Amino acid sequence: MKNVVSKDKSWVYSDIVKDHFFKPRNFLATGKEVKDFKFDGVGEVGSPACGDVMKLWIKVDKDKIVECKWQTFGCASAIASTSILSVIVTENGGMKIGDAMKIRPKDIVERLGGLPLNKIHCSVLGDQALRTAIDYYFKNKKKI
Amino acid sequence: MKKTIYLDHSATTPVDERVKKEMGLYFCEIYGNPSSLHHKGSEVKEAINKKKKKISNIISSEPEEIIFTGSGTESINLAIKGVSRANKNKGKHIITCKIEHHAVLDTCSYLEKEEGFNITYLGVNEYGFSDLEELKKAIQQDTILITISYANNEIGTIQQIKEIAKIAKEKSILFHTDACQAAGFLDINVKNLGVSLMTLNGSKIYAPKGIGILYVKKGVLINSLIQGGGQERGLRSGTENVPFIVAISKALEMVQKEKDKENKRLILLRDYFISEITKKIPDVILNGHPKQRLPNNINVSFLGVEGESILLHLDNYGICASTGSACTSNSLEPSHVLVATNTPVELSHSSIRFSLGRKTTKEEIDYVISILPEIIFSLRKISPIHGGRKK
Repeated sequence: MKNVVSKDKSWVYSDIVKDHFFKPRNFLATGKEVKDFKFDGVGEVGSPACGDVMKLWIKVDKDKIVECKWQTFGCASAIASTSILSVIVTENGGMKIGDAMKIRPKDIVERLGGLPLNKIHCSVLGDQALRTAIDYYFKNKKKI
Repeated sequence: MKKTIYLDHSATTPVDERVKKEMGLYFCEIYGNPSSLHHKGSEVKEAINKKKKKISNIISSEPEEIIFTGSGTESINLAIKGVSRANKNKGKHIITCKIEHHAVLDTCSYLEKEEGFNITYLGVNEYGFSDLEELKKAIQQDTILITISYANNEIGTIQQIKEIAKIAKEKSILFHTDACQAAGFLDINVKNLGVSLMTLNGSKIYAPKGIGILYVKKGVLINSLIQGGGQERGLRSGTENVPFIVAISKALEMVQKEKDKENKRLILLRDYFISEITKKIPDVILNGHPKQRLPNNINVSFLGVEGESILLHLDNYGICASTGSACTSNSLEPSHVLVATNTPVELSHSSIRFSLGRKTTKEEIDYVISILPEIIFSLRKISPIHGGRKK
């Protein structure tokens, strides 16, 4: 894996991580926004005891993910990795579900410009939350 | 460059200007080796003796009972390993506490694994106090050492050291206390406290990093960890770190002399800070005891947000603090202190420690109070956890 260890000397995190941490994209604000959001799939991973919880909602149109919203309890890398994942799956008109299923932590870490080594296994859980949300979508679709 | 607001004095303090000035002479001018017989050596020897005398006056000991080491951690290692090894014919049982610093816990577990000692780790209540009855019950025929810190480094809880010392004395068991966090604020008179060994650390009291003190009461059997030239009564070989010895002596004198006035000021600031943040931010839990805590220690958990995230936002505003969250530890476990005080795990991940210092002002505290709510609210907005429970 390249770019794993951030080269930034003043912070342990890369500029991209800092950018997404301080300015998170596509999150779903607690409260009314969550209630009002109409989604096709939802997934949640992690536990408060472990220090990381991620919840992710998707809207699907013609097998493409057109919207991806999220909430994260966790450290900066957890927040930044969910934020960038929501960008990855919705950019350029939306990612095909089949391709989204293939996203792995290393893809997220690369887009973040690297993460400190000890952060990778615990904070990059977004891909699991995404696959759970896609499973939810498929299960729901069959019922209809 | 934004202004720094340093609220991490329990991690380390800056060197005080007065301390820096006094130690300055001992680099290029008074540089001899105290073991040398010539005048350049003897002037240094004399200086060290004077400093030992000064420190012994402060803590009410004999000058020969003061051993200089390289850090608080080294003093703790010397106390625990040195006493245990020298007294192992009497017994191999040690009593300590679950919320001790890792310097104590890891030294004890080393002795347990490598040298066949048995360790009892006393529990604490929700405030972090050891239970004296539990201590009494834990004492065995073969207990040789009790080691419990004076004040906790994370939540600032001040233990009942005198009572513990009494219990130890009744059973003729040696008692070591780690007073690294306490030395800047509390009485460290060893006669009043009744301790047999006490660890002090320069880097928490405005002396440089890299100097510690171990007080060893006369008559205590103790082995050295380092062999060589036999300095420090043979307990700590190696040429003395003279400038730092001068520094810790000056620093200790300074903080002890000014502590009553400074404590009053800090307690006002501390309680103001705690009351303001609990007023302005809902769902904040104070960790530790409201009163029986170090004058400079504030440790709070913010429900639903993770500590490292808060720290990075604070740092972005120039504010330095620390957290008990797993994310900043190598073990990926949350603070063992908060686990021992039965804090729900998600709250342990959400804890922030602000530790005030001599230069902390009300303006600085007001600045932190003015930006902290916004940080917590923005993180809560994106958090799936609320009110300590998942929705």
